[in-house]
Amino acid sequence: MKHLIPEFEKMKERFPAGFEPSLVLPCLHRIQKDRGYVADEDIDGLVAYLGVPRIQVEEVLSYYTMLRREGIGRTHLQICRNIACSMRGAEGVIDHACKRLGVKPGGTTADGKFTLSTVECLGSCGTAPVMMVNDAYHENLTLAELDRLIGELVVEERAGEKK
Amino acid sequence: MPGRKLIMNFEVTPTSHTLEAYRARGGYQTLEKALAMEPADITKEVTASGLLGHGGAAFPVGRKWGVMKPNPGEIHYLCANADEGEPGTFKDRWILENAPHLLVESMLITSYALGVRHAFVYIRGEFDLPYRRIQGAIDEAYAAGLLGRPQANGFTLDIVVYRGAGSYVCGEASGLITSIEGRKPYPRNRPPRLTVRGLFQKPTVINNVESLANITGIIRMGAEEFRKVGTPKSPGTQLISISGHIAKPGVYEVEYGYPWAKFLDEDCGGMLHGAKMKCVVPGGISTKVLTRAEIEPLNLSHESVNPAGSGLGSGGMIAIAEGTCMVRFLQVLLRFYHHESCGQCTPCREGMGWMHKIIDRIVAGKGVPEDIERLYAISHANDGTTICGMGDAAGYATVGILNKYRDEFEYFIQNKRSKFDGRLECLA
Ligand SMILES: Cc1cc2nc3c(=O)[nH]c(=O)nc-3n(C[C@H](O)[C@H](O)[C@H](O)COP(=O)(O)O)c2cc1C
Ligand code: SF4
Ligand code: FES
Repeated sequence: MKHLIPEFEKMKERFPAGFEPSLVLPCLHRIQKDRGYVADEDIDGLVAYLGVPRIQVEEVLSYYTMLRREGIGRTHLQICRNIACSMRGAEGVIDHACKRLGVKPGGTTADGKFTLSTVECLGSCGTAPVMMVNDAYHENLTLAELDRLIGELVVEERAGEKK
Repeated sequence: MPGRKLIMNFEVTPTSHTLEAYRARGGYQTLEKALAMEPADITKEVTASGLLGHGGAAFPVGRKWGVMKPNPGEIHYLCANADEGEPGTFKDRWILENAPHLLVESMLITSYALGVRHAFVYIRGEFDLPYRRIQGAIDEAYAAGLLGRPQANGFTLDIVVYRGAGSYVCGEASGLITSIEGRKPYPRNRPPRLTVRGLFQKPTVINNVESLANITGIIRMGAEEFRKVGTPKSPGTQLISISGHIAKPGVYEVEYGYPWAKFLDEDCGGMLHGAKMKCVVPGGISTKVLTRAEIEPLNLSHESVNPAGSGLGSGGMIAIAEGTCMVRFLQVLLRFYHHESCGQCTPCREGMGWMHKIIDRIVAGKGVPEDIERLYAISHANDGTTICGMGDAAGYATVGILNKYRDEFEYFIQNKRSKFDGRLECLA
């Protein structure tokens, strides 16, 4: 975490004075982007850096669904299961993704390539069903498109492994 | 086209969101006009415009601002609510992606009116392009000296974009504030109102992105001209994001007073695969469903929709085709509310859990006839007994569906299967 402190200092500049506690969430976001999850030592570091109570960091971490205490697969597939997406076939998409990857929602493939999650409304209901691949939205998803995407990601992984 | 446009009134191109394009459309000229006005006169103009909030509750924007009564030398904050978490709603995203400078200019004008030195945009954590667009616009505004530097009359504003991390209650105004304070986003009891004691105990105005986006137009046109759009009781327009079993889903700017059925049948291309319409969720899942017959005589304005027992809410409209199983429909909603309850209030925390269990049981074919009354009883017990509006909202949605489609629940419990085939999709 320590190597991120210069970045945190820059973030701090944008906030009004006295807003140090507000940095908890943005710092955790940044740490997770760096490591893939938030480790014990990150919490220690953040508590020391921001001077906030440890419980505050722990509470924030455990409350928000986007923050993690453990690593996940290299590609995170998150499929919306809320109403507008379900009305446009999300349930079938989720089933298909589970079968194709051999995992249940929340699970990671044995090779550590994929984690599959279901999520609530992504604010993209007009282009349902919707899936996030890491940070990016894939809208109007079909089963064929899902297969194509997973296939492509597998190929990318293999290319990455060879390098 | 469903009436005149105030926000989606330009052609979207790959560069129409930039500062250059916004300036070419007359952008930031209204800011100059505003900075030459007395701050209190801006609030007066907004109050006179009759602008109603677009976050869900349709609260008059001017009245909220009026509570703040900025005192020189004191600290006040402004937050734009870009959490957009109400299922069915995706219209603020249109503004963030396509007209981010309209929001920035509006936040500058609002902050000047309210004596704000630091403002925030609270954006949901999943939004990636909308985040990059609004942050990009803010960066451009800094580089152009519109932010972070004193303007001609000395007024200075800084805007911070704050990203959420996947929680529905962060969209609730006090939950949003607690989130920015760096704690878990528990909503707060009121009073005190947030305009009296908000972010870090300082007076804070929180408005929805679309509400704020209207400010520039109101100051440019003047309240009188603004009121010529829409109806006397619902001035202006509303962005309606429509999804579900509709042929042409998307975001539409609708002038208040436009006939509802015409909007669905003509502007939105009617139902998917030529299906028949069963009912509509008018404005986010927390508003009560209305049947096709009920909406037939209505127009899209608060004074038309509210007496029918529902509301335009967040503009998140969902069209539902005949043959859709409303038991399964409610199951998805209750699973969502249960998942998102922050757990602070007993009626919401326990009630959502019970309702979710009951509906799961019904769908599993293990429901008992008393379950329907239990769903009613829990909904009623939540009404007005919780800290934030989520407890009530879940109850309204449930009662709305039970009242109209009780037969489907009875059928499911009796026959251990859906009256239809348990489908949520609309097949060709
Ligand atoms: C559970 C819950 C979730 C909410 N989510 C949002 C949201 O995502 N966006 C929003 O603008 N308002 C949301 N609201 C409404 C806000 O509390 C608040 O009324 C609104 O942002 C005020 O803006 P307005 O007056 O401009 O409409 C939510 C309310 C509740 C009870
Ligand atoms: S009503 Fe529910 S979501 Fe709102 S504060 Fe209470 S427990 Fe939390
Ligand atoms: S319901 Fe899936 S994006 Fe809204």
